[in-house]
Amino acid sequence: MSLSRLLAIVRKELIQIRRDRITLVLVIGIPVVELLLFGYALNAVTDHIATAVYDESRTSASRAFVAAFEHSTYFDVVDHVQTREEAMAAVDAGRARVAILVPPSFGDDVLGGRGATAQLIVDGSDPSVAQTALFSGGLVAQAQSGRVTVEALARTGSTRAPGGIELRPVVLYNPRMLSAQFMVPGLIGIILQMQAVLLTALGVVRERERGTLEQLIVSPVRPAELVLGKVLPNVALCLASTAMTLVMARVLFGVAVQGSVVELFLLTLPFLFGSLGIGLAISVVARTQAQALQMTMFTLLPSILLSGFLYARESMPWIFQGISAVIPMTYYLQILRGVIVKGVGVGVLWPQATALTAFAVVVLGVSVRRFRKTIE
Amino acid sequence: MTSITSTNADEQGPAIEVRGLTRRFGDRIAVNDVTFTVERGEVFAFLGPNGSGKSTTIRMLCGILPPSAGEGRVLGYDIAREAEAIKRRIGYMSQRFSLYEDLTVRENLEFYAGIYEVPRGGLAARIDELVAMAGLQGRERQIAGTLSGGWKQRLALGCAIVHRPPLLFLDEPTAGVDPVSRRQFWTMIHGLAAGGVTVFATTHYLDEAEHAGRVAMIQDGVLSALGTPAEFKRDFLRGQLYALSCSQPLAALAALQRLPDVGEVSLYGDVLHILTEHEDTAPILDAVRAAGIEDASIAPIAPTLEDVFISLTSGRASERG
Repeated sequence: MSLSRLLAIVRKELIQIRRDRITLVLVIGIPVVELLLFGYALNAVTDHIATAVYDESRTSASRAFVAAFEHSTYFDVVDHVQTREEAMAAVDAGRARVAILVPPSFGDDVLGGRGATAQLIVDGSDPSVAQTALFSGGLVAQAQSGRVTVEALARTGSTRAPGGIELRPVVLYNPRMLSAQFMVPGLIGIILQMQAVLLTALGVVRERERGTLEQLIVSPVRPAELVLGKVLPNVALCLASTAMTLVMARVLFGVAVQGSVVELFLLTLPFLFGSLGIGLAISVVARTQAQALQMTMFTLLPSILLSGFLYARESMPWIFQGISAVIPMTYYLQILRGVIVKGVGVGVLWPQATALTAFAVVVLGVSVRRFRKTIE
Repeated sequence: MTSITSTNADEQGPAIEVRGLTRRFGDRIAVNDVTFTVERGEVFAFLGPNGSGKSTTIRMLCGILPPSAGEGRVLGYDIAREAEAIKRRIGYMSQRFSLYEDLTVRENLEFYAGIYEVPRGGLAARIDELVAMAGLQGRERQIAGTLSGGWKQRLALGCAIVHRPPLLFLDEPTAGVDPVSRRQFWTMIHGLAAGGVTVFATTHYLDEAEHAGRVAMIQDGVLSALGTPAEFKRDFLRGQLYALSCSQPLAALAALQRLPDVGEVSLYGDVLHILTEHEDTAPILDAVRAAGIEDASIAPIAPTLEDVFISLTSGRASERG
């Protein structure tokens, strides 16, 4: 290992990174665009759900019931309609995602303590909206029913308390079920994986395409120097980009790291090295930069779909749960959500870190060996 | 690791020495039992068509491809076992001018200086020297990708010799470069050779091989001829070469190909080159006139390597046929 040769490669890589627009887009553009897209787009659909109301009761009790939905901020009443058909039409047309139907007897039933009912019509075409609407709508209704029960008891002065307990909805970690809290930590991992894999793969394939790799093979450069010289700048770049993404997450979405930032970066390293290993493996196989890009996207898909980033692992068929168990993102996602949202650290997350380290060792070991063969 | 001051290597003995060098790829024999020696300070051309085994040979000599059989020493080091020592001491330039196109002229030179561990002291002077040699003064900060072909070629040469290698390998060094730049390039190569650098160049340009002190011709992996350009013309051309000009060269070619015992006839532009062992050219002119071509004139000319090459390849073809 020659320090002179290693430094020459690192210096050259840094100059190239600075000059290459694609790399800059990759490092700065992708985090910004992804955060805005995923963060805002998904944030917008999970609260302020457009709601149509058909209130046949027109009593203070029914108005209070609807107001409770609005105060939750999950529901925005966009339309008060006069018939059930109008309410359905609003949902059909997409003007409203949800319709609240309050029957004529609602006010009397509430006052008389006879158990009032209301209907919630939910547009099921978007599962994430539907889930939020059902879940939060259920909570709002329960809370409201508890409140009216207590009020009724107070008014009637009855001593037979029918267990007038207000149900307090408690959601752990993410009390308002903000999608940003859910999405942003995962996004940090997706962005990091895309950058690490792509930077490494493109960096090597570019040299092969342009013939400079051939020149390096004839030079005294050792494979280890070449790998390190190419990977080290990428490590620095990816960590800096992750720091930038964390700052943006804080500023744009108020997602702050609850745990230790130092531990977060420490736990990021094994995932980062595993991703660099994937990039190196791609660079051994890919002949052109376009191929490298396609392969990178291919490796990214399971990380997005099967890691629990978008869909809960628990609800996947067993075969996909099995695949999910060997995807590094599955474990890194638990680390990210653990440190950022729950505020836990290495003490809790060491099993995930161990799994990632094992993955990194295997992938780097195999890909460095294959890489060595292609250039020797 | 062998140190640069090692006694067995570097200073004494031939620059390149190979015996029975062979390389197979599966069933195909790319290089077949090749033997030759290149002395210090020689400009040695390795001439052959594409796919003849030139690049495979150069890769074996650079220590990046192990031979299947035979042996070779480069600067005294074994090509199979001492590749690292060879790599540190040779310069290599390929037809792709492997420059970093997004780096400046100076950054490219600095990068290769770092790769070859050129000591920092004197590096700036060395880089200035190479910039001057390549005629790139004032362009040190220019991005290499924006240079024209000839400049790229000379910069690539500068990068290949930044560490003052005693032996320089050039793999098709002037492919895709204009004739003026090619001439400038060979002037630089001869300057290096005058300074004691051994140059081993592959080429499929016959006129380019004329620049070499000695030429080895390789065909289908076999070394078919070896000598100076003058020896080639003397030894491998049997007979005298004539140029025949006329208004209908194609008709004349057809007529002469029907003539038995004329030797070899080939078309160069609109002139026929005729290689014959007969002293008398009258039968040739008669044959042409018989074909109805009246304005033909014939004169003896000095052969080029191209004539030799065509003579050699057609000879081989007839042997095989």
